[in-house]
Amino acid sequence: MAHEPVQGAEPAVAVQLTGIGKRFPGVIANHDVDLTVRRGTIHSIVGENGAGKSTLMKTLYGMHRPDDGTITVDGTEVRFRSPADAIAAGIGMVHQHFMLADNLTVLENIILGAEPTRGGRIDVKGATEQLTRLGASYGIELDLQARVEALGVGQRQRVEILKVLYRGARILILDEPTAVLVPQEVDELFLSLRHLVDDGVTILFISHKLDEVLAVSDDITVIRAGTTVATVKPGEVDRRRLGELMVGSELPVPQISAQPPSDHVTLSLNSVSATEAGRTVIDSVSFEVHRGEIVGVAGVEGNGQFELIETILGLRPASGGQIHLDGEPMEGLDVRQRRHAGLAYIPFDRQREGLMLADPLWENMMLGHEDTSRFSSGPWLRLGHARSECDVAIERFDVATPGNDVPAYALSGGNQQKLIVGREMMAEPRLLVAAHPTRGVDIGAQAAIWEELRAARSAGLAVLLISADLDELLGLSDRLLVMFRGVVTARLDPATATPEQLGMYMAGERQVA
Amino acid sequence: MKRRLDVGNVALSLAAPVASLAVAVGLSALLLLISGFNPGDVLSTLWSRAGLASTWLDAAQRAIPLYLSAIAVAVGFKMGLFNIGVEGQYRVAMLATAVVGAAVRLPAVLHVGFCLMVAMIFGAAWATVPAVLKVTRGVNEVISTIMMNFIAIGLTAFLFAEVFKNTPDGDLNAKTRPMPPSSYMPNLIEQDLRALSGFLIVAIVLGIGFYLMVWRSRFGFQLRASGANPAAARIAGINPKAMIMKAMLLSGALAGLVGMPQILGERHAYGNDLQLNLGFDGIAVALLGRNNPAGMAVGALIFGFLNAAGRFLDLADIPKEIVIILQGVIVLTVVIIYELVGRVRARRTQEIAARDLEVPAVELVAA
Repeated sequence: MAHEPVQGAEPAVAVQLTGIGKRFPGVIANHDVDLTVRRGTIHSIVGENGAGKSTLMKTLYGMHRPDDGTITVDGTEVRFRSPADAIAAGIGMVHQHFMLADNLTVLENIILGAEPTRGGRIDVKGATEQLTRLGASYGIELDLQARVEALGVGQRQRVEILKVLYRGARILILDEPTAVLVPQEVDELFLSLRHLVDDGVTILFISHKLDEVLAVSDDITVIRAGTTVATVKPGEVDRRRLGELMVGSELPVPQISAQPPSDHVTLSLNSVSATEAGRTVIDSVSFEVHRGEIVGVAGVEGNGQFELIETILGLRPASGGQIHLDGEPMEGLDVRQRRHAGLAYIPFDRQREGLMLADPLWENMMLGHEDTSRFSSGPWLRLGHARSECDVAIERFDVATPGNDVPAYALSGGNQQKLIVGREMMAEPRLLVAAHPTRGVDIGAQAAIWEELRAARSAGLAVLLISADLDELLGLSDRLLVMFRGVVTARLDPATATPEQLGMYMAGERQVA
Repeated sequence: MKRRLDVGNVALSLAAPVASLAVAVGLSALLLLISGFNPGDVLSTLWSRAGLASTWLDAAQRAIPLYLSAIAVAVGFKMGLFNIGVEGQYRVAMLATAVVGAAVRLPAVLHVGFCLMVAMIFGAAWATVPAVLKVTRGVNEVISTIMMNFIAIGLTAFLFAEVFKNTPDGDLNAKTRPMPPSSYMPNLIEQDLRALSGFLIVAIVLGIGFYLMVWRSRFGFQLRASGANPAAARIAGINPKAMIMKAMLLSGALAGLVGMPQILGERHAYGNDLQLNLGFDGIAVALLGRNNPAGMAVGALIFGFLNAAGRFLDLADIPKEIVIILQGVIVLTVVIIYELVGRVRARRTQEIAARDLEVPAVELVAA
């Protein structure tokens, strides 16, 4: 452990966490966390998904109380009962998911809940002056009268930051702020952060994107399995070393498939379009997925990937174009019929779309397949069969669980995901649509799921992979598509594509054919 | 590991009803005390009736329609649909069956079956309107079924008074045309003035059928999946609209049977002296029995007992409406305590699963 020495007459340390531990039912989310954040610096907290970064930041922001340890802010020990206490102590948090009212203006959003009043009425004039001053001093430019719905993601983020500063925060927690940004917006954000730091603001930057962390931080603390394992300076480490600190071992190296995909076209889309409330959300999308091939779809979330999947699944009617599965037109077939035709789906959000959380694993195993001969005969379910199929999936996909009859909520995210992957793969599909198959799962589960996908591809499965993880896309895909505002803007070879290139196309640049 | 989990959960399962009963009795006593009655008198009256076989015969008889009503409600609950319209559905079915049943001539067993069919068709028909509204226009079924209740209450009153009444004006005991004896459901037991209807068998068959359908059939799985996670069910290819139609119509059909013990077993005509509000009591019994066929049977019996024994409170100068308060307190207590026990159980399950695996399941927290 390379701890930064704490010295200086004026409290040079903004935040000091000592021996922080936080336990949840059956889970140790944090233990023995030590963290020293120097005033006026950008201090990054890096770690794998699920390493305990978010739990730690929730502790610091007063969203729950630690079971052990102490928190010191500006040299005084504090005990936060709620975020309001943390705000009063000058700590502000910018959440990963923005909490803004679309139909209000920037100004209204910022003062919402902390409105300055004059004579019992909201002092709009005073607020405008104050915010203009505040924005200018921190170098944040915003049109205060614009409605939030008209703003882009980067601007919305600036609204969130200004909102927190307006409430008097001098210590900012940014939870994965770059997850929703394209590379160009990331650069702008970093510029703003530098400006803030120069003005004496302290920033806690949470991320698992190593290049960004190395680019922006003054200090980097690595969290692994719930505890701080090292604090380093960006000059002292490279990306590889930082990654090793994060995972505690060698980085898994994504590998490109050895064998060429077959000529057989499993899925074909021919200028498929779809609309949402009259608005075009997918615009003439055409591509093919061959047998034994993984086609990756990159793009910033919300650029039509979700609607594309819904259209392929049959949940959303195509307003134009044709979809064929193994040469058969899919038009007029519902989800269940398409599943019977050989389609399987790993959903975006396992808890919301993939599982019945309160029901046992073996019942979850049947979901979507309950009318196949594996799980029912006539109108009756084959309960014994469902249990044994579930045991097979648990074994083959290495789901860590005490048994097949525990409710799905008792499993960790990674194991829930492995169960879903198992459920879909055991149906022996011809086409797998995988949306963020490893989002929020631990490194072990990620490697296992990647391995399954590779093996299935080698066995002839066609996979359409939608992901926000560029490593995953570059490492697994045989071909790569980029989507922007419902249009396929680029077709790339993952062997030669660079993250910079991807970022450019994800930001709306069109590939010149 | 497995055993520890099971023993703990069995203990929790037993703790819930015992705690509910204790808290309900305590709260009721408190309410009685505040209202100026001696809780001891009430409890001792009820307790003394509980020792009599005749009370339980009466209780079972009263429990039958409550159980049918609860099953009708539970079918909807299982997929997250609140059919508040059992009341209207069974009222419409009672009038329709009394009228149609009196108009046809059929052999004995067949006539009863025919009447049950008519009741189910009319109950389902009355539930069709909210089902179609929900599927096509997204109208909340709670609102529409309540509205349909009002329409049913008005419509049955109007049709009865103006069209189907078969007794002279001014007759206090107005009735439709009497149904022929071939439509009578025989009693299983007759003792003094009490009887236990053959509908007990219908109720038991339906209870078993409900269990098989919900937990053993593919349709039941789809029903539960749609209730447990509508988004996941939709993605899994379970058509939500089709499920809403099926569940609502099935619930309505079962609701149609709620009035049959009265029509086919006791009154043999539709009249102005029928027992009403069974649809609402069914919701309470379904809550009390947690949509479980055995639980609902116990719940129906508790309600039946309180109704049966409550009549004797008048003799002790205590208004028998106290019973309704008791029923309300019991339902509230049960709902709250089961929710609490459910949380404890969820915590335990997570703890045990995580401890067994010794994996820090951090994602659970982040989620």
